[in-house]
Amino acid sequence: MVREQVAEFSVEYVQALDEEGNLDEAQAPEVDDEDLLELYRLMRLSRRTDERAVALQRRGESGTYAPGIGQEAAQVGSAFALGDDEWMVPSFRESAAYLTRGAPVHRLLWYAMGMEEGAEVADRNTPPSIPVGSQALHAAGLGWGQAIRGEDAATLTYFGDGATSQGDVYEAMNVAGVLDAHTVFCCQNNQWAISVPRERQSRSETLAQKAVAAGIDGIQVDGNDVLGVLGVARDALESAREGNPVMVEALTYRQSMHTTSDDPRVYRTEEEEGDWDARDPIVRFERYLREEGVLDDDRMAEIADDIEALLSDEIDRAREGREQVEPAEMFDYVFAETPPELRRQRETFEREEGEKGETAPASAEGGLRGEREAGGAEIPESVEQSAGEAAEERGDEADDEEVGDRG
Amino acid sequence: MANQIRLVEAVRQALDEEMARDESVVVYGEDVGVNGGVFRATQDLIEEYPEQVYDTPLAEAAILGLGVGLSAAGFRPVPEIQFASFAYQGFHQLVQHASRMRSRTRGTLGVPMTVRTPYGGGIRALELHSESYEAGFAHVPGLKTVVPANPADAKGLLTAAIRDPDPVMFLEPTSRYRASRESVPEGEHVVPLGEAEVVREGEEVTVVAWGAMVAEALDAVESGDADAEVIDLRTVSPMDSEAILDSVRKTGRCVVVHEAPRTGGLAAEIVARINDDALYYLEAPVERVTGYDVPFPLFAREEAYRPDADRIRRGIERALSA
Repeated sequence: MVREQVAEFSVEYVQALDEEGNLDEAQAPEVDDEDLLELYRLMRLSRRTDERAVALQRRGESGTYAPGIGQEAAQVGSAFALGDDEWMVPSFRESAAYLTRGAPVHRLLWYAMGMEEGAEVADRNTPPSIPVGSQALHAAGLGWGQAIRGEDAATLTYFGDGATSQGDVYEAMNVAGVLDAHTVFCCQNNQWAISVPRERQSRSETLAQKAVAAGIDGIQVDGNDVLGVLGVARDALESAREGNPVMVEALTYRQSMHTTSDDPRVYRTEEEEGDWDARDPIVRFERYLREEGVLDDDRMAEIADDIEALLSDEIDRAREGREQVEPAEMFDYVFAETPPELRRQRETFEREEGEKGETAPASAEGGLRGEREAGGAEIPESVEQSAGEAAEERGDEADDEEVGDRG
Repeated sequence: MANQIRLVEAVRQALDEEMARDESVVVYGEDVGVNGGVFRATQDLIEEYPEQVYDTPLAEAAILGLGVGLSAAGFRPVPEIQFASFAYQGFHQLVQHASRMRSRTRGTLGVPMTVRTPYGGGIRALELHSESYEAGFAHVPGLKTVVPANPADAKGLLTAAIRDPDPVMFLEPTSRYRASRESVPEGEHVVPLGEAEVVREGEEVTVVAWGAMVAEALDAVESGDADAEVIDLRTVSPMDSEAILDSVRKTGRCVVVHEAPRTGGLAAEIVARINDDALYYLEAPVERVTGYDVPFPLFAREEAYRPDADRIRRGIERALSA
């Protein structure tokens, strides 16, 4: 009879700045004042971007938006640790991470305005990923590619607590481990997956320990502590660059709604929200910076003014871009080279668009006539007539709908 | 120069030559490395290309999702899904990411991934090893679906697929892997995607088929009396409509053959395209000879399910007698 322990594990938790803004020097990453101010500016910019984006949605200028309010430290701290030659693979609530990576606000807004222009890939950031957790595999692939080429670079991906229930996230961590991928898996545990709380997502005591089963390191960090996150992310990326992937669980809170279509009052208490408001990542960091003399009232006002001016310009630019959307472009990027059937569909689309408002569109008739001319086959009179009548009816309807809508 | 080789060897040859030609081509999947693939399509490649051939964990979503990431990193991923019916475990990665990445990023990120996978029935395999889901793949915008029917096309089409800048499902008919040795050009051999081939010319009726059904269709025609034209579609999406329409305009009659279930199968799409552009050339309704709308049976009933030369010949007779 043999019964013995064959494996054991533990999960560490890191906090550098406590909720009062006191710094634990032992956990603090090396950052100069310029970086401190930039971290602060990015967090503020992100919060204001989220607020303005939600307001745009409320006014009907934009579609569904997923604000990351409350998660600024988790995102800014981790994205700040990435080099320009490295990749970020986000989920769909990562405005703060995108902004940290230098993405302009108007592109984030374009995506929310329903425009692919906002999902164009620039500066090694993949587009938002809507299917929960599926992007973790892309980060494993990117990190594997970096490993194959022996690059001194890594990839960082974001997902939430809900995503850890998805098979793709486990598969990603597992293959990353086997393939020595240069990947850091950053789980922003914001406590809620729409209405399902963290404890109903998994019986696992921590989410970081999900890394253990995949054979990679897992660590927890206070996700509302930007300096703690920065330090942990730097260490994780350094490990990943050497072929040892890491999962980081950043404990944070989604202070706002899941998306603009959601009402958190249905499933959580104001008391809970109040507890987390007190742990706000920006307030905490502000306290620390003021204590250190890096920030004062004048500097704060200056930063706030700059952000408002920037947002004003960026929102104007987003609106201008929205006016220039060309519908037929939906056909143009399906394949590198558009195949014949798709070219034909594009032509049909453009012809029908052009015919809107005309009383007797030529398209329906044209199809039959074209066929008759080409084929020389007899078309029964009744077929031609009924098609023509049907087309005329459709034309009338279209006319009513489109009055004044098209120049 | 040409070699007499089998389809599975032609696949291996294409992989070999493309990896030699382009270091960014990476072959990976379950058992493709040391074991050389369960059909031996990747035999010995890992020894020749240790930096380009990898065994992965048993996880189809991972295999396909990794390809999206590898593509972003500048590779040309050529993953293998061990049997097409297990692509469902990673289908979301194809539909939600690989196929739409170019479109949703307005051409700023492509996924030049070629997913090789054995498909179709006829080898008395275990349950869920014989399905023909090409219509499902063809229904995904942004994804190309290619089915070779013979060794030369297997090499030429796979080469074109690997070089293609967009994702390709490359369905290899298992029953043809070792069915015959045929002439395959040595060295570079590219068969463009999206082009069907008239494999037998005829005047009375057009028979459209792909994959394993091409051989069955040719058998049916050889053993019958009709002067039939046989078209091997080769790329089922995007489909070479013109090749079909040109032939139907000549013959006025058409039989479409596929192993996949009848309802919603690609024969229905082909009938619709004939309706759109060649209706008044038809002398008879287009016939469909297909699998039935039943789950692919275990192999004791496999032959009853799959169209064969006999059923195809009867389909041709119906088309001619109408």
